[in-house]
Amino acid sequence: MTERRRRRITQAIAFCLLGSAGLSVLLTLAIILYFMTAQGSRAVSWEFLTEFPRKGMTEGGIYPAIVGSFCLATGAIVISFPLAVSSAIWLSEYARGSLWVRVIRVGVNTLAGVPSIVFGLLGLAFFVGVLKLGVSVLAGALTLALLILPIIIRASEEALRAVPTSFREGALALGATQWQTVRTIVLPAALPGILTGAILGVSRAVGETAPIMFTAAAFYMARLPRSPFDKVMALPYHVFVMATENPNYWRTKDLQFGTTLVLLALVLSLNLGVVVWRTGLRRRKRW
Amino acid sequence: MVTGTVESGSLQTAIEWMERDTDAEPVIEVEGLNFYYGRDRTLSDVSVSIPQHGVTAIMGPSGCGKSTFLRTLNRMYEVIPGARAEGTVLFAGEDIFKLDPVTLRRRIGMVFQRPNPFPKSIYDNVAYGPRVHGIRRRSVLDGLVEESLIRAALWDEVKNELKKSAFSLSGGQQQRLCIARALAVRPQVLLMDEPCSSLDPKASSQIEATTRELAAELTVVIVTHNLHQAARVSDHVGVFLSGGVLAEFGPTKKVFEAPRHPDVQDYLAGRFG
Amino acid sequence: MTAQGLNGKGCSAGADDSPSLHGLPRSLFRKRLDVVILFILSSASLIALGLIFFFILREAFPFFRRVPLVELFSRTWLPTLEPPRFGALPMILGSATVTAGALIVSVPIGLAAAAFIAEVAPGITKDVFKSAIEILASIPSVVYGFFGLAVLAPFLQSTLSLPTGRTALTGAVILAVMALPTIASLAEDALTAVPASYREASLAVGATRWQTIWRVTVPAASSGLLGAVILGMGRAMGETMAVLMVTGNSPQLTASLLKPVRTLTAGIALEMAETPFGSLHYHALFSLGALLLLITLGMNWSAEWFRGRLVRRHRR
Repeated sequence: MTERRRRRITQAIAFCLLGSAGLSVLLTLAIILYFMTAQGSRAVSWEFLTEFPRKGMTEGGIYPAIVGSFCLATGAIVISFPLAVSSAIWLSEYARGSLWVRVIRVGVNTLAGVPSIVFGLLGLAFFVGVLKLGVSVLAGALTLALLILPIIIRASEEALRAVPTSFREGALALGATQWQTVRTIVLPAALPGILTGAILGVSRAVGETAPIMFTAAAFYMARLPRSPFDKVMALPYHVFVMATENPNYWRTKDLQFGTTLVLLALVLSLNLGVVVWRTGLRRRKRW
Repeated sequence: MVTGTVESGSLQTAIEWMERDTDAEPVIEVEGLNFYYGRDRTLSDVSVSIPQHGVTAIMGPSGCGKSTFLRTLNRMYEVIPGARAEGTVLFAGEDIFKLDPVTLRRRIGMVFQRPNPFPKSIYDNVAYGPRVHGIRRRSVLDGLVEESLIRAALWDEVKNELKKSAFSLSGGQQQRLCIARALAVRPQVLLMDEPCSSLDPKASSQIEATTRELAAELTVVIVTHNLHQAARVSDHVGVFLSGGVLAEFGPTKKVFEAPRHPDVQDYLAGRFG
Repeated sequence: MTAQGLNGKGCSAGADDSPSLHGLPRSLFRKRLDVVILFILSSASLIALGLIFFFILREAFPFFRRVPLVELFSRTWLPTLEPPRFGALPMILGSATVTAGALIVSVPIGLAAAAFIAEVAPGITKDVFKSAIEILASIPSVVYGFFGLAVLAPFLQSTLSLPTGRTALTGAVILAVMALPTIASLAEDALTAVPASYREASLAVGATRWQTIWRVTVPAASSGLLGAVILGMGRAMGETMAVLMVTGNSPQLTASLLKPVRTLTAGIALEMAETPFGSLHYHALFSLGALLLLITLGMNWSAEWFRGRLVRRHRR
C-alpha cells in the first residue's frame, strides 16, 4: 500500500515538473510576444510602413527596408525553389536508395548545419568578390538562396514521399513516362506540401541578418533599389543598426520596437499560415 | 468465339473450350523466366504460353509469385529496387525486355489490387492515358472516355457526373473506373492483379461480368486467390506453388477436374492456400 | 542486348547504380533529358557546400601562410596594431562560455518539455506545445537579439546591479531560448522513435507511466537525445546576431559570466565590416570562419550519427 502510494506520488511530482518545463516554453514565447507587441504597436502606423526614414533615422518610417526585404526574399526563393524541387524530385522519384542519394542527403543535412555567418563569408568571397556582383540585391539573394535550399528540399521531399506509390504505378502502367508521371500525377499531389516548404524558406530568408550583412545590406538608402546591382536596406539589418550602430540609438526606442514588430509579424504570419494550412491538409486528406 | 459462363458443365461447352484452346495463337510466350528480389528467387524457371483472347487466371497460395509473374509481363516490377528478371518473355513475338517500357505498357494494361484512381475528376482519370500518349483533341478524348466507360460497365452510373472527383465513387465503381482508365489506351492485353480483393461480393461479381465481356476482344490475365472466381471467369488457368514454380497450366475445366500435380490437387481441394 | 543484361544493369540495387523506375541502363541516359537535368540540378546543395569549403579555406589560407597556427590560440587579439596580434583564444572561450551557459538552461528544460509532449500531454495540448516550439524556432535571431538588448539586458543590469547589462550571462539566456526549440523538437522525435512495444512491455509488468518513461523510454532513446543536445549546441555555437547584440563584444579574456565577452561569430560580423578587402585582418577573420565551420560541422555530424544510431538500433 505505502509502496504503491509512494510510486503514485513520485509520478505526480515528475509529471508536474515535466509539465512546468513545457509551460515555461509557452511562457517564454508569451513574454517575447508581449514585449514586442506592447512596445512596438506604439510606433507602427500606416505612415511608419510607407515612409522613408528622416533626420538621421530618428524619425519617419521603414518603407525602404520593407521593400528591400521583399526584393531579397523574392530573389532568394526564385533562385532556390527550382533547384530545391528538382533535388527533391531526384531524391524521391528517380534515384531512391542509391549511394548518390545518400551523398546528397548528407550534403543537405550538412548545409543545414552551416552557421549563417559562414554563408555571409561565402557570399562576400564568392558572389561579391569573385563574381564581382558587388554588395547588391543579387549577391544577397544568391547567398540567402543557398541558405534556404535545405529547408525547401526537405519539405518537398517529404511531400513527394507522402504521395502513395499506387498513383505512380497507375500512371506508369498506362505507359506514362517517368517524367510524365512526376509532372502530371506526383507533383500536383505533393504541391501543397512543397508550397509550405517554400513559404518556410521565404520566412527564413526574410528574417536572416548575418548572410546579408556583407553582401547586400545598406545602413541607409535615400531611394529604393533600381537594379539587382543596388544595395538595399533590409528589415532585420535595420533592426540591428537602429539598435546598435546608429549613434542616436537611445532616442529611437519606439522605432526600434516598431521595426522589430513588423519583422516579427511578417515572419510569424508566414509560419502560422503554414501551421494552419498543414493541419487543414491533414484533416481533409484526399487519399 | 464462346463468351458463355463456365458454370454449365455440359459436354458441349467443354468441347468448345477445347476447340478454342487449339485455335488460339499464343500472345505472350514465357520461356525459362527466373525472378529475384535481391537474393531471393521468387519465380523459378517459368515457361508458359498465354493464348490470345479469353481469360487466363493465375492462382496459387499466397506468396507463391503470382503477382510477381503478372508484374513481369508489363515490366512493372522495375518500380521495386532490387528486383531482377532473367529469361525470355515474348509479347506478340517481340522480346519485351527490348521494347520501350512505355510502348509495352500502353499495349499491356494493368488493374491493381486496390482501386487507385488519381486525385482528379472521373473524366480526367479516363482521359489520362490518351493524353500522355499525345491525344489532345477534345472530341477524340470525349469519344474514348465514353467508349472506355461503356466497356467497363460504368457509363450509365457516371455519365452525368464526369466532372466529379474519382474519390466520390464507391470502391467497386473506382475499380471499374480503373479498368476504364486502362482500356482508354486500347491495350491488347489487360493484367488484373486480384482486382476484387478489396471489394464486396456484389461489386466483385460486377467486375467478373465486365471481365468476361472484355475477354471477347482482348486477352485478360487475372491473378486471383479465389478458386470459385477463377472457375467462373477463366478459360485457362495456371497454378503456382510455393517457390514460384508454375505447377500446372491448361484449360480451366481440365485443370479443375483432373489436375496432374498432387500438390495442385490438394490446393484445388482447399487443403491449403 | 539480352534481357538478362538489360535488367542486370538497370535494376540491381548495386551501390554505384541509380535504379530508375523504368530500369533503363546508363547508356540510355543520353536519351532522357529529364534525368540529365534533374541529376545536374540535384547536386546544387553539394555544389553549395563545395563552394563554402573552397572559398572559406581559400580566403583563410593567406593568413595561415603568414601567421603560425598557434598564434590563433594565444590570448591577445589586436589585429589593427603594428605588428598585429591574432590571439583568438578570448573569442573561442567566449563562444564556449556562452554556449555552455545556454546549454545548462536549455538542456533540462528542453528534454523535460520533450518528454512532456511525447509521453504525457494529451491530444490538443500536445499540438499547442508543438506549435509553440515551432513558432519559437521561427523567430529571427535579430529579434531575439533585440529582445535581449532592449528588455533582458536592462532587467539583468538592474536586478544584479551590474555596470552593464550586456554580458555573457545575457547572451547565454538568449541563446538558451534559441536552442530550446531545436533540443525539444529533436528530443521529442527521439522519444517518439522508441517502439511502442517497449512501453507496452514495461506497463504490462505493472510499472507506472513515469517509471516506464524514466527506466525504459529515456534509456532507449538516449543516443537520439544526445544527438538533440549536440545539435542544439551546434546551433548555439553558430548563432551570430543575437550574441552580437547582447554580449557586449569585449575581446578580453574573462572567466566571469557577468562580464562582456566576444564570440567567434560576433567577432567575424563585427570586424568584417571595418576591414579592407584582402588585408591580413580580412584573411584572419576567414580563418576564424574556417574554425567555426569546422567546430559546428563536427558537432552536426556527430549529432546525426547519434540520431541515426537510435534508428538503426531499434529497427527490425
